[in-house]
Amino acid sequence: MNLLILVFIFVFSFSCFFFGKSQIKKIAAVNNFKTKALPHFYGFYLSLWCALPAILIVFLWTVFEPFIVKYLIISGLEQSSLADIDHDRLNLVYQKIKALYFGTYSGAASEQIQLGAKQYGSFLAMAQNAKIVLVFTAVIGFTLVAYKKITNNTHAREGVESIFKVVLILCSVVAVLTTAGIIFSLLIESIKFFSQINFFDFLFGLDWSPQKAFVRDTSIVLTASEKQELSNAFGAVPLFAGTGFIALIAMSVAVPIGLFSAIYLAEYAGSNLRKFGKPVIEVLAGIPTVVYGFFAALTVGPFIKSIGDTLGLDVSSESALAAGLVMGVMIIPFVSSLSDDVINAVPQSLREGSYALGATKSETIKQVVLPAALPGIIGSILLAVSRAIGETMIVVMAAGLAANLTINPLDSTTTITTQIVMILVGDQEFTSAKTQAAFALGLTLFVVTLILNFIALSVVNKYREKYD
Amino acid sequence: MTKEQRLQKRYSAEKRFKWYGIISICMALLFVALLVTKVLSEGTSAFVKSTIEIKLNFDQTALNLPEKPTTEDLNAIDFYSFAIDQILKTYPTSNRDEEKELIKLFTTDFEFEVKDFFLANTNLLNQTVSFKITASSDLDQLHKGNYAKNISEDRRKISNYQLKIYDHFIQNNKITKVFNVYFFTNGDSRNPEIAGIGGAMLGSFFSILVCLIISFPIALLAAVYLEEFAPKNKFTDFIEININNLAAVPSIVFGLLGLGILLNVFELPRSTSLVGGITLALMTLPRIIIPCRASLKAVPPSIREAALAVGASKVQSVIHHVVPLAMPGTLSGTIIGLAQALGETAPLLLIGMVAFVVQVPANPLDPSASLPIQVYLWSESAERGFVEKTSATIMILLGFLIIMNSIAVYARQKFEKKWI
Repeated sequence: MNLLILVFIFVFSFSCFFFGKSQIKKIAAVNNFKTKALPHFYGFYLSLWCALPAILIVFLWTVFEPFIVKYLIISGLEQSSLADIDHDRLNLVYQKIKALYFGTYSGAASEQIQLGAKQYGSFLAMAQNAKIVLVFTAVIGFTLVAYKKITNNTHAREGVESIFKVVLILCSVVAVLTTAGIIFSLLIESIKFFSQINFFDFLFGLDWSPQKAFVRDTSIVLTASEKQELSNAFGAVPLFAGTGFIALIAMSVAVPIGLFSAIYLAEYAGSNLRKFGKPVIEVLAGIPTVVYGFFAALTVGPFIKSIGDTLGLDVSSESALAAGLVMGVMIIPFVSSLSDDVINAVPQSLREGSYALGATKSETIKQVVLPAALPGIIGSILLAVSRAIGETMIVVMAAGLAANLTINPLDSTTTITTQIVMILVGDQEFTSAKTQAAFALGLTLFVVTLILNFIALSVVNKYREKYD
Repeated sequence: MTKEQRLQKRYSAEKRFKWYGIISICMALLFVALLVTKVLSEGTSAFVKSTIEIKLNFDQTALNLPEKPTTEDLNAIDFYSFAIDQILKTYPTSNRDEEKELIKLFTTDFEFEVKDFFLANTNLLNQTVSFKITASSDLDQLHKGNYAKNISEDRRKISNYQLKIYDHFIQNNKITKVFNVYFFTNGDSRNPEIAGIGGAMLGSFFSILVCLIISFPIALLAAVYLEEFAPKNKFTDFIEININNLAAVPSIVFGLLGLGILLNVFELPRSTSLVGGITLALMTLPRIIIPCRASLKAVPPSIREAALAVGASKVQSVIHHVVPLAMPGTLSGTIIGLAQALGETAPLLLIGMVAFVVQVPANPLDPSASLPIQVYLWSESAERGFVEKTSATIMILLGFLIIMNSIAVYARQKFEKKWI
């Protein structure tokens, strides 16, 4: 239905363009005056005023219709015999009504639900009629008003351009809305989570076993000891430790390799090697992380295990070492690429001054170039750390699931992102503390990476200003 | 220490330092090479499949057909028992267990292969033709040499009796390898021999299409605003910081956004490429805005001033001159952003695109998987037949990424003007 309405709007607005264009020419010829803008601007003016308000109405209507219908149905239910039941149950009844209406309901429906489904259908029909009427009035009304303005020889170009600018601003606000959406969705569930689980138990607890909270009726009021036990099941310290540990292994691979390759490419390599080497290292950044995960889980993991077995070491097949090593390789280009830029930005005069004093090339790099580039390099390393913390697929496929608090790289550990995926893939119970825990973890992840990125970006920017 | 010794020491330090750099680069290159060889060596065999040639005798009485069969009669044929009869003729069996083992060497879909073949060639009635039936995954792996034959029977997927049948087939040249069409047309399956990435490819295509339609116009217009029109004030700074930070937010957080807002608040259908595409679009948006802004910035101010000087308005100078000149840069930035979105897995896991989907999706509202998700799903499965399929899927995925990135690089080098 929406599609039909949109097609109508587009066809109408398209014809409005030609209508407006020819009309202004005619009017100008008859009344013998000069138009204030080129004729096609009058066409644009008319077609924009015809289409934009109507499209806005369709969009807002489609977004908000389900909420309004739901509200109407539920308030109807509240007034009837179901007045005394709580919100979650009402929601369930509403879902049943919807299922019955769309023919996906299985089993015998109660009279109440049948009545509700009938009501639901009538609301939908009503909403549809109202929408059509509203869209038609908007299209006709706005077109008429715009046409009136055209015949008065308005400043059509300025009108069109101001609409264009509004559209531009709306587009750039989308990014802000995305951030707001992220914060909103994370906060809502996290607040529910922290109303059940003590914030400090989550942040400092040592035991992570969310499956304890899975099967639980939310309507039962818990005793104090049960509450404490539930709280104790969500201690996120093992996850933080695992995430940090794997990131540490990754960084101990990525920082030396990335930094040395950047130094070599920037300071030693000839232009041919530079042209070839830089893109090849950046290929590492273009490989999808799921491919790294596959490699870590099926090649590196078993390889490390077989080496460990021959040495008589007890190696888990999902060792933190395998995930960390492969993640380190993935992160190399993030370190090397930005460090390369930073090193290149160090003014040549600093190097020449050093050479003039008799320093060798490596001494110049170590004692002059690197200290000068240090803020930028630190910025690039911080960005890489935030990558490592937020990386998902490698750890999902190659790291373990059990939350061990360990510093043995051959043991298996788990990370924040692994747990989010494990909790949210498959069936979800949105009232359960387990599901909400994933959003609380997501919030933690978001805040930590945001802080890291913010520091890194401001350090890098400050550094750029220094040498620009 | 003499002067010479000191100098010697400094020079060797210099050499060592240089070698660190060479070794680092070599290690990075080595890893790329290792990964590519691993994927290539494992994956290429998935593009062919083993087939077993059998004789099909489309005898009128065996098919239970009347004298002049109508289309309905043809459709009502019990191809299952017919195909089993024909399969049992390929090797002499003495009891039911042996029959079962023989049948297990063929794909579970043999009935449909025979049916499709016959219904497409109904003129073969009362004739005997030889027909290649897809072999089961176990026989396929055995034929490709991925199963060890010389270990004890209980550790093998293929029994001693099946090995005997296999040798018999080999001696009579019954087993041939053909190009595996199923791999490109079929959806997922529990049986490796008929599982394919057709569904996943279409799912990826739909989500990237949705992602492109949403993210490119919004990103371009946002970049135009920020670069050309935005006044320098707190609000503009806020938007800029926001975009830069959003580009570095971990992708899984966008999955949580999709789950929390798109699925739970707006109740869009789960597991569909529409939701996947919207989620990817939100993630890709800042990553496209940044290169778009850079390429707009690269257009020299003299172009704008010339347009303004001949009486164009600010909007006209931007739409008619600046944006077209920046197009190569914006397009290549968009393609690179889309390539990243194509390889993205984590956000799609959270919005349920990880479901087991046999049906090939017909539109963005059908449940579907995507290529990286298919890699994830198959790599978790223990069967040997899926290992080569995983690598082959990675090859296809990397192939698409290479093509997209080369187009981006080519477009930039070919069409971008160098301003001096």
